[in-house]
Amino acid sequence: MKKQVVAMVLTVVTATGLLAGCGNSASPNSDTDGAGEGKVINIYSWNDEFRTRVEAIYPEVEKTSTDGTVTTLKDGTEIHWIINPNQDGVYQQKLDEALLKQADAAPDDKVDIFLSETDYVYKYSDADAGVAMPLEELGIDPSKDLTDQYEFTKTTASDQNGVQRGSTWQCCPGLLVYRRDIAKDVFGTDDPEVIGEKVKDWDTLKGTAEELKAKGYYTFSSYADTFRLYGNSIEQPWVTTGESVVKVDQKIMDWINDSKEWLDAGYFDKTVKGQWNDDWNKAMSSSSKVFAFLLPAWGIDFTLNPNWDGEDGAWAVTNPPQEYNWGGSYIHAATGTDNPEHVKDIILALTANKDNLLKISKEYSDFTNTQSGMQEAATDDANFASDFLGGQNAYKYFAPVAENIKIAPLSAYDQGCVELIQNSFGDYLQDKIDFDKAKSNFETAIKERYPDITEVQWAE
Amino acid sequence: MNKKRKSISYGKWGYLFILPFFLCFFIFSFIPLLDTIRYSFFEYYRSGIKEIGPNFIGVENYKSLLESDMLKYAGNTLILWIIGFIPQVVVALVLACWFSDLRLKIHGKQFFKVVIYLPNLIMASAFAMLFFALFSTNGPINSILESIGFIKEPIDFLGSVLGTRSLVGLMNFLMWFGNTTIMLMAAIMAISNDIFEASEIDGCNSIKRFFYIILPLIRPILAYTLITSIIGGLQMFDVPQILTNGQGNPDRTSMTLIMFLNSHLKSKNYGMAGALSVYLFIVSGILCFIVYKMTNDNDPDGSKRAAKKKAKAEKRKG
Amino acid sequence: MNSKSVNRVRSIFAHIVLILLSFLCLFFFYILIVNATRSHADLQKGFSALPGNYFFENLKSVANDGSFPMFRGILNSLIVSTCSAAICTYFSSLTAYGLYAYDFKLKKAAFTFIMAILVMPTQVTAMGFLRLVTNMGMYDSLLPLIIPSIASPAVFYFMYSYLQSSLPLALIEAARIDGSGEFRTFNQIVIPIMKPAIAVQAIFTFVGSWNNYFVPALIIQSKDKMTVPILVATLRGADYMSFDMGKIYMMIMVAIVPIIIAYLILSKYIIAGITLGGVKE
Repeated sequence: MKKQVVAMVLTVVTATGLLAGCGNSASPNSDTDGAGEGKVINIYSWNDEFRTRVEAIYPEVEKTSTDGTVTTLKDGTEIHWIINPNQDGVYQQKLDEALLKQADAAPDDKVDIFLSETDYVYKYSDADAGVAMPLEELGIDPSKDLTDQYEFTKTTASDQNGVQRGSTWQCCPGLLVYRRDIAKDVFGTDDPEVIGEKVKDWDTLKGTAEELKAKGYYTFSSYADTFRLYGNSIEQPWVTTGESVVKVDQKIMDWINDSKEWLDAGYFDKTVKGQWNDDWNKAMSSSSKVFAFLLPAWGIDFTLNPNWDGEDGAWAVTNPPQEYNWGGSYIHAATGTDNPEHVKDIILALTANKDNLLKISKEYSDFTNTQSGMQEAATDDANFASDFLGGQNAYKYFAPVAENIKIAPLSAYDQGCVELIQNSFGDYLQDKIDFDKAKSNFETAIKERYPDITEVQWAE
Repeated sequence: MNKKRKSISYGKWGYLFILPFFLCFFIFSFIPLLDTIRYSFFEYYRSGIKEIGPNFIGVENYKSLLESDMLKYAGNTLILWIIGFIPQVVVALVLACWFSDLRLKIHGKQFFKVVIYLPNLIMASAFAMLFFALFSTNGPINSILESIGFIKEPIDFLGSVLGTRSLVGLMNFLMWFGNTTIMLMAAIMAISNDIFEASEIDGCNSIKRFFYIILPLIRPILAYTLITSIIGGLQMFDVPQILTNGQGNPDRTSMTLIMFLNSHLKSKNYGMAGALSVYLFIVSGILCFIVYKMTNDNDPDGSKRAAKKKAKAEKRKG
Repeated sequence: MNSKSVNRVRSIFAHIVLILLSFLCLFFFYILIVNATRSHADLQKGFSALPGNYFFENLKSVANDGSFPMFRGILNSLIVSTCSAAICTYFSSLTAYGLYAYDFKLKKAAFTFIMAILVMPTQVTAMGFLRLVTNMGMYDSLLPLIIPSIASPAVFYFMYSYLQSSLPLALIEAARIDGSGEFRTFNQIVIPIMKPAIAVQAIFTFVGSWNNYFVPALIIQSKDKMTVPILVATLRGADYMSFDMGKIYMMIMVAIVPIIIAYLILSKYIIAGITLGGVKE
């Protein structure tokens, strides 16, 4: 009996060994080192947004295959697009696997460029992780080449020593977008200047909310809508580098308390819980009683516009009660890339060329990362007025917000903290659980997500 | 002579026939399983993209899991499973009997069979997405109920414990009752017609027929249904995951064990995920051992006793 | 007489229950189909019982989207699911027959072993599985989605139960006396007897494989090898950049249509197989 077991194990081991051997010998072993630049540029991203921008403005693009997976450049170099969904963390999972294997990968399999979002940019720009190359090593001097970029985008993409390790074409200042018909009904006017005055800070906004409520309207759809404004103004990072303690900032506690107050007062629509769900979408439709949303440029174009089922011109933008930033995709050069020249060229073309950036703004309504360009756009109603906003030029409102954004101190744990605090306290805000239970739920969840977190400290 | 040699070596054929199964299992499940078990004794996770460990820490992972809410999630899983399984098996048994009862003239039998199996074809994740949209506070179900005057205020289905759990149960029921019906029907149809004819001559009514003939004869298939359903229940993931966006809201009352495992896998905590896997493995083993013993009881009168025992056991667990 | 009227009442009752259940099942598909024919703006207005006229628009946007090669995905899924269903049912029958018809020393141990691994949740071994597949050089290929289905304890158990209830050992003896080889006996006598069970399990395996998201999401990397569920997830994962629920509904519909067709074809075969087949004791 024993013999048979041993024999079986042996068979298995041999079989595994054989198959493994096959796999290794079969893998292509084309060494392109020494020939300068590699033939393949691998770009990791979570959707085709970056590809469309590259196709639109990068002059070296020859053509893209019909299925959108390969873009050929004029010098014959191929860009391979490796797209994985953001959902369930699949994108980061695949990217992490690839980056960990980066050192052993064949030159043409190496990651050359990858993208990250503001929520987790710090995970990749971290100096200790060292996966994103400092721009200076590529030959880009941020203090010379990127002077027209908004300062906070440069800070966001820098590591703890202030070395910039990424660059973006996009800048995501947020505004307050409101329904003109509701404004007329309640305030007798839809003039953005007047409305802007009514929402200029939180205290004024509260009085305005009461007016809206008296007429049966909600100010915002839910407590999740206001989170970014508070979350962007925290004074200390969620986790200080080198520590294993999550510090919940006073601003976050303010958000919880204010949200509770607002929700109980009826300034939010109780039936909307969080964002990116059907209820939230419906809150943007003509049958909704929600007065305003807090959205950046992409939010108006990709979320509000498709969700609105009425005529164009029903919405208008004005200043938010507090400057904030929401979103942004950063381009990083992966350490170990075999195409540093191409990578440098792409980053410069997409994030440091004013003409290119203005073209993106015109074609895709992105608020782009060029201070002078955006100031021009703010006064250029002929080219930048929006039909959806009834002929209003939103850049006029975005530009000053962008200049005043102070980015919150970042940490590698931001994505989880932001997501989980909203989830845990969502139950509290809806009166499902008490405050202490919500606290302990957050502590459980955060330690589950980040095994190295040992403690949570609450402000107050 | 040829014949003689064969009769001696039949056993060899047995080994040969089961070889592919075991070979495949050892390569694709056993080696990965050993890997998993090995890591359950290590501190091994990723912080950002920096790898921590593996450092051997003995049974620390197992200990800290026991201190966490794991048992609560096990309870959730059990409750969610029962809500779906009880109606599933009852309805499936009734339907299977109706379909196989020739005296009961059911029109459009084929149509019904095809229809009740349909929900099983749709991807669980897509199905959950659909339900999420349908039962949202401003969704179609609420607007239908309001327009027929059934309710005044929209029901917050996914905001309440009962609502969320019932929806998960309903989805599991819809997805699996057709499947179970077909399986049980296959078993009932395989019972010899002679038995039914004989019972009819003896004046056996349909209720007696069900309890004294059908039930005992389809016991192996029933056991199979029960076992696969327990495994399925233990692995419950897609439906509550998508429905509650991975959070098991409200207040983690619909968080299942695999969702718990998934959140560890997601955070790349291999050590903890490994330990949890081992727990899951042991629990599922015990559950199935109980069921297997029960259903293989050869004493026909013992079946009722076993059923009682099972009910008691479940009560104790719940 | 009396029993006839009882049967009549029962029959009416049965029909009512069946119609209710069918309604419950079809209702959700109905909503899916209706929603797939409406534009996102229409969907925003709320639910409507009547289909819209956006069907072809939605279908076009699904078919023309280069970053979601839907039809390539359907082909991949068909390959994986068909192969899985075929080898899974064949090898499970083989294993079940091996344990049922033969006596050998490790028989009991082997059976107990399979029963023990029956309960092993697949997710448990996922991380080891990924490592193994990568080492074997099968990362990003369809093979690791197919081959492991040879060892499906649940299908094995079904086959074993079925053999117990419908294959008399005497039949095998008879075949041996007729001089049939063991493999031939299995392929030409046992397999036909097991047809109904195979058909049922083939469907289950096919559906399971078609809908599987967990494993393919780990293994498959490149676009041209993606299966349908990954593509659906990709579309959904494109979250705020493509706000078009009409397209998503259409995609779900496209994803389930092939399987419904396959099911309709196979279901006839199954019902016929069950009524005709099976050696009775």
